[in-house]
Amino acid sequence: MAWSNRKNNVLPGFTPALGYTVFYLSLIVLIPLSALFFKTATLSWDDFLAAVSAPRVLASYRVTFGASLAAAVVNAFFGVLVAWVLVRYRFPGKKLIDALVDLPFALPTAVAGITLASIYSSNGWLGRYLEPSGIKIAFTPLGIVIAMIFIGLPFVVRTVQPVLEELDQEVEEAASCLGAGRWQTFRRVLLPTMLPAILTGFALAFARAVGEYGSIIFIAGNMPLVSEITPLLIITKLEQYDYAGATAISTVMLVVSFLMLLCINLLQKWSRRFAE
Amino acid sequence: MSIDIEAVSKTFGSFSALSDVSLKVPSGELVALLGPSGSGKTSLLRIIAGLETPDSGRILFDGVEATNRQVKDRQVGFVFQHYALFRHMTVFDNIAFGLTVKPKKERPGKQEIKDKVHSLLKLIQLEQLADRYPGQLSGGQRQRVALARALAVEPQVLLLDEPFGALDAKVRVELRRWLRRLHDEIHVTSVFVTHDQEEALEVADRIVVMNQGQIEQQGTPSEVYDRPATPFVYDFLGNVNLFKGRVHEGTAQMGGIKLSSPENASANDAPAVGYVRSHDIAIERDSSEGALKAEVRYLLSVGPLVRVDLSLPDGGPIEVDLPRDEADKLGLKVGDQVFARPRKMRVFVDDYQI
Amino acid sequence: MQVGRVLKKHNQRGGGSTSEPAWVRYLLVTVALIFLALFLLLPLAAVFAQALDKGWEAYLEALKEPDTLSAIRLTLTTAAVCVPLNLFFGIVASWAIAKFNFRGKSFLITLIDLPFSVSPVVSGLIYVLIFGLQGWLGPWLQDHDIKIIFAVPGIILATVFVTFPFVARELIPLMEAQGREEEEAALTLGASGLQTFFRVTFPNIKWGILYGVILCNARAMGEFGAVSVVSGHVRGSTNTIPLQVEILYNEYSYAAAFAVASLLALLALVTLAVKTAAEWKMQQTVTVSEKER
Repeated sequence: MAWSNRKNNVLPGFTPALGYTVFYLSLIVLIPLSALFFKTATLSWDDFLAAVSAPRVLASYRVTFGASLAAAVVNAFFGVLVAWVLVRYRFPGKKLIDALVDLPFALPTAVAGITLASIYSSNGWLGRYLEPSGIKIAFTPLGIVIAMIFIGLPFVVRTVQPVLEELDQEVEEAASCLGAGRWQTFRRVLLPTMLPAILTGFALAFARAVGEYGSIIFIAGNMPLVSEITPLLIITKLEQYDYAGATAISTVMLVVSFLMLLCINLLQKWSRRFAE
Repeated sequence: MSIDIEAVSKTFGSFSALSDVSLKVPSGELVALLGPSGSGKTSLLRIIAGLETPDSGRILFDGVEATNRQVKDRQVGFVFQHYALFRHMTVFDNIAFGLTVKPKKERPGKQEIKDKVHSLLKLIQLEQLADRYPGQLSGGQRQRVALARALAVEPQVLLLDEPFGALDAKVRVELRRWLRRLHDEIHVTSVFVTHDQEEALEVADRIVVMNQGQIEQQGTPSEVYDRPATPFVYDFLGNVNLFKGRVHEGTAQMGGIKLSSPENASANDAPAVGYVRSHDIAIERDSSEGALKAEVRYLLSVGPLVRVDLSLPDGGPIEVDLPRDEADKLGLKVGDQVFARPRKMRVFVDDYQI
Repeated sequence: MQVGRVLKKHNQRGGGSTSEPAWVRYLLVTVALIFLALFLLLPLAAVFAQALDKGWEAYLEALKEPDTLSAIRLTLTTAAVCVPLNLFFGIVASWAIAKFNFRGKSFLITLIDLPFSVSPVVSGLIYVLIFGLQGWLGPWLQDHDIKIIFAVPGIILATVFVTFPFVARELIPLMEAQGREEEEAALTLGASGLQTFFRVTFPNIKWGILYGVILCNARAMGEFGAVSVVSGHVRGSTNTIPLQVEILYNEYSYAAAFAVASLLALLALVTLAVKTAAEWKMQQTVTVSEKER
């Protein structure tokens, strides 16, 4: 019983399988990631602080996190709506739409980037109608939000959808027998059930948006202090051979990713608290 | 093939599934491991199969140590509780699997496999379903396919884990009678696990009653049912009423009844509990020696029996099962004062509590 | 992406106490469809419309460009290396994780998922820090005249990193759901370890494997951020398809950029089609096994 109970398990191959898993994981993921921390550790604290809190860097955090938050909120709302419609109602083309929801996962980010940029540019399909009415999207922070909505769209849908599908119809019938109206049932019974999934999807969409690069840079305009996202800033620093700066900012990004990952894991644990 | 289990212990974390269990299964017998869930019966079965390894102790097949023999070399047929049929294979392929994975040298020819599978399909009366997939079968059919698959490799031992547990009542009764007849035909040493006393009593040559990782009693069905060795066995097999009292030098005093209890000859005014099955109590209208005064609380007809709930003056409840004609003769009504006479009581010293 | 999706059930309702008034249903469906049309269908249509903006000939011409052809070749090579590596890892890891219990299992799963939560740019950067000129191994590699960063090996490494979890995270829940009784049954019937895997386990997970492979492949061919950091953008030699799209776009050859991009969009559509089919197949196997329980 040292650290596994494989004595209770006669299936073969545990030791080599786990050994290879840990080996390959270390080689491809853990050692390279730790390189970032070792590199950061060679910076002095003051240099690190200066690198990660320069005005241009701070502005990029604001743009990145602000836009990610806005996009995740939009996705949480529409994600629940789309999931609800897909699970509960019948309408033509539903299967196709259901499959297409995953398009942002499958479409390479560079393709999404140039497409969104062309749609929302001043002579693009939508841009030509929006711009005269004073709404500028391409090359503004708003464009960043649009791109982030696109890439984050499947997350909330795909976390909420199974919860809605698994939901026992009797629960709703019980609520209506007890005199709850449809809206009350939704707000008091369904929404609390979906909430953990919504939050998980929200967090996933937010985390994805924070790190996103390819689909954003084409539409963002990339003006320092205004519409420059943090991942782009890292690349800019690299191109200027400012390895220390790039590393320091990357470390901040990585720590944020870890924290998000922790949040998501806790959320998922929390969402299983009613499970038997 | 005979099986010897010698002083086997097994723990899962801090849970002791088996502690120092020894058991002999003679060749050709059909043995039931009977007990509540968590009693260790399934662990013992899986240890015999080699699906789990004991922490200590030995397993011998035909007197030869097999404790560390690999599962695939043990020649056991194992029927899983949920059948574990290969869902992507037809019934035919499921049954043939064990033959087709044999090393090239030992593997029978195609035709031979086909004949063998068809004779097994005939045995389980499912010849027309050879090309179905497990998902297209009923529970009872799956159960029989699982059995045929296990028998195809001509195992020396057949092990069945709750073989009828997942079936509905009627199919269950049919299948267990079928299993009994099958065993009478092929006489392969068989061990099956069950928590259903009726099943064990009806099917097995011998019953091994297990509780909390230990064997409480083993013997033929009538031995176990008629002469339970421990309070646990009494309680587990059939309905039982408890009477509290004391026992002193072979004589027990139970709530106004005095009876001899020769197996407690050495007891010295010890607290004791008397066990009486619900069908071992007679109800009488008139008072007599060895009968207890009681009041009828509730009457319920259960098929051929009438269940009578009595309460003693001190409030203690007694359950009695009477044949219907006897109950009719007595003309019992709720609230009647009657006398209950235990016909057969077994007294155990110590404070075993249900 | 969740396997939970696979377990679809009933739940088509027409009326009764647990449905909304018709006008609410129409309103919700309409709003949802407008949102999806705006964010999914419009971009998809735009890719192909822009690609064919200057006609079929220009489209084919753009694809025949030598630099584009070499980008396609590099992308195919990268995927051909990454997918098998991560496929093998995925199967091995899910065998260990789904069929056995051991301490630290959920932590291991979290670590396997890690590359998904790291920004693609950071994923590229870590390899620059190790193999780049300023990196740990940079000087040694230079002495031995080995080029990893700004060369094909770097592109492959970065791609392996970002596509690392796909197969494993698909298979782990699938294999866990299937339990290990069938494998135990095979062993009691005398099958060896390999026989058990290939004849019992593999047929049950083949759709899950296809699902993981197709997603892994889509990401391997389409990865942009991580590859962009390590590639060096050398035309005709270290450009993958997405990087070629970027270069063409930045040179204002929009039609050509979208022509090349349309290849990736087609790949995405094929991916979605195969994924949907695999999902449907897995759903079937899981429902069958549920019925058996």
